[in-house]
Amino acid sequence: MLDQLSQLLNSLTTNSGFWNPLVWGLAIIIAFLIIYILRGYGKKDYKKGTEQAKVFLSGNPEYEKEKMHVKSSNVYWGFMESLKWLYNVLDKMHTGNVSDYILWFVVIMGIFFIILGVI
Amino acid sequence: MNGFENILSDLLVHSPALIVAIPLLGAFLTPFFGKVHNTARNTFVLIIVLLTSFFSFLLVHDILVNGNIHTYVFGGGSALTSGGFAVRILFQVDGLNAFMAIIATLFAIVGVIYSWSFMKEHTGLSKYYTLYLLMIAGIFGMVLTGDMFNFFVFLEITSIASCALIAFYTNKGKAVDAGFKYIVVSATGALFVLFAIAILYGQYNALNIAVLASNIQFSFLDRIALVLLISGLAMKAGIVPMHMWLPDAYGRAPSSVTLLLIVATQASLYGALRMIFTLFGGQLSRSVNEVGGIEINVNLLIGAVLVGLAILTIFVGVLMALKESDFKRMIGFAAVAEIGYMILAIGAALTIMFSVNDLETSRLALNGGIFHIFNDALDVGLLFLVAGAVYYATKETSLNRLGGLARNMKYTTVFFLIGLLAVAGMPPMNGFSSKLIIYQSTFLVNPILSIIAILCSILLLAVFVKVFYSAFLGPKQAKYEKVKEAPKSMLVAMAIVAGIILFIGLFPDIFISNVVEPATRALVNSGEYIQYIMGVI
Repeated sequence: MLDQLSQLLNSLTTNSGFWNPLVWGLAIIIAFLIIYILRGYGKKDYKKGTEQAKVFLSGNPEYEKEKMHVKSSNVYWGFMESLKWLYNVLDKMHTGNVSDYILWFVVIMGIFFIILGVI
Repeated sequence: MNGFENILSDLLVHSPALIVAIPLLGAFLTPFFGKVHNTARNTFVLIIVLLTSFFSFLLVHDILVNGNIHTYVFGGGSALTSGGFAVRILFQVDGLNAFMAIIATLFAIVGVIYSWSFMKEHTGLSKYYTLYLLMIAGIFGMVLTGDMFNFFVFLEITSIASCALIAFYTNKGKAVDAGFKYIVVSATGALFVLFAIAILYGQYNALNIAVLASNIQFSFLDRIALVLLISGLAMKAGIVPMHMWLPDAYGRAPSSVTLLLIVATQASLYGALRMIFTLFGGQLSRSVNEVGGIEINVNLLIGAVLVGLAILTIFVGVLMALKESDFKRMIGFAAVAEIGYMILAIGAALTIMFSVNDLETSRLALNGGIFHIFNDALDVGLLFLVAGAVYYATKETSLNRLGGLARNMKYTTVFFLIGLLAVAGMPPMNGFSSKLIIYQSTFLVNPILSIIAILCSILLLAVFVKVFYSAFLGPKQAKYEKVKEAPKSMLVAMAIVAGIILFIGLFPDIFISNVVEPATRALVNSGEYIQYIMGVI
């Protein structure tokens, strides 16, 4: 029983270190405790339902809640805009045409044939 | 007590055959129970899967605890006929087969439990469950057989059942289209596998993997067979650029089917590993070329190509997932990236497996790759189950139209969060443990590999943070005000997978030492596997 328990608590060792989620979890709990204690020293003048709690959008009026949700395709817009050249290539690759799927298979098979010295 | 032990040991002897026979028989009996009552049919299917799981666990336990290799000769007696030919079909089960059987067993149980509620609104469920059990039988056959032609037969059974299940929503054109693409791709891949088998059979008069492995010469024809086998199975495993069928199929199939498709994909990956490490294992150290006085061995060539394809797979998978707005297709692309991590570890291990100084690193990389096969199935599987639950509740898969679901679907949100952290390799989830091993081992092979792998993991986290924000967070949406939490059977299925993710995440070493390492040993020590079978024969 003790053997099984000690096996359960074993660390995962790799060539250059170890990983024990239980130790990591303990460290996280301690960090949260420290944060909680520090939070206790913060300001205590927050009042619910006053001007303090209203959304501030650089002076612009707030839209309806439903319209405030950022759509999935707009998230990371900048990242994808800057990599547009790469996405153009990837989009051309993903034609949705099953003949192209088989073509890629033939290409990879050809590469394997060349590398293993068959061709 | 002795009588009970005798019964158990008899059952154990026959378990390799029963694991395939029970779901196969169950598949053909399902329509009869469907005629009686829906609940009778559903209960029957669950009993069949639980019975299969019992035999599977019996077999796996014996292999992993006692270190046995099991052989089951169909037709009984010796596998060798009086003429001296090994024509009888054999099931050969070692640590690697057992590892794959665990994944198949787990997902068969979870899939059936999930299907109970998820599919209840549909008609044609007798056909659905028949195909589902056929698919389970096919997958088990693929991962247990020791015969090349038998492998091809089970590959085809799995493919045909999968194709019909992917196109199950016949009222939706895209599902039928995805099913068609899947069967074209699968049939092409399987056809080339069959060509390879024919080439090997023509030369060595045998179909048994161990017999072939002990005779193989690495002739010109053998090399052709190797290329055909790797290419055919790599396409079925979804390696870039042969991955394009995967988001189509995963995205359009019912989520319960996608769960089994993940296992079917991994069974193909297993097939590729078996062919490389066992069938051609003895030839990997063979020199094929010399560049600048340095000998180039087969293992280095295959390993280098696999590493290149893996990097491409990770990159393309992650970048396409980042762009995608369909919930299930996005997870499909993420699944492609995850396959890349497994291939990266296996490719890296291959490149250095005969270097005396790097043996430890090679073994570590293989551990990481095999461990990640299990973790990927769990993590991606859980995400698909969540996507299915969201679709069940909202009838929507577009992330542009979803939002604020955390208010109505609290448990599903928690399960998604667990899946998100796990698939992105965040501590303390299971994905972190396997990715940590992959990072460290690939770093020792080439630091650039691990840097790319880590960067893509961060991108993968970004992908799922976007999904989490789009679907679950944000303001309340009027159209989803009446949305309810997923039914209990779906929650139970998700909870089982999430629970295993957390357990493996918190106690990774126990899983690695008891399940992953026997599989790695079986993969590396192909001689033991071959000798054992040759001894039996």
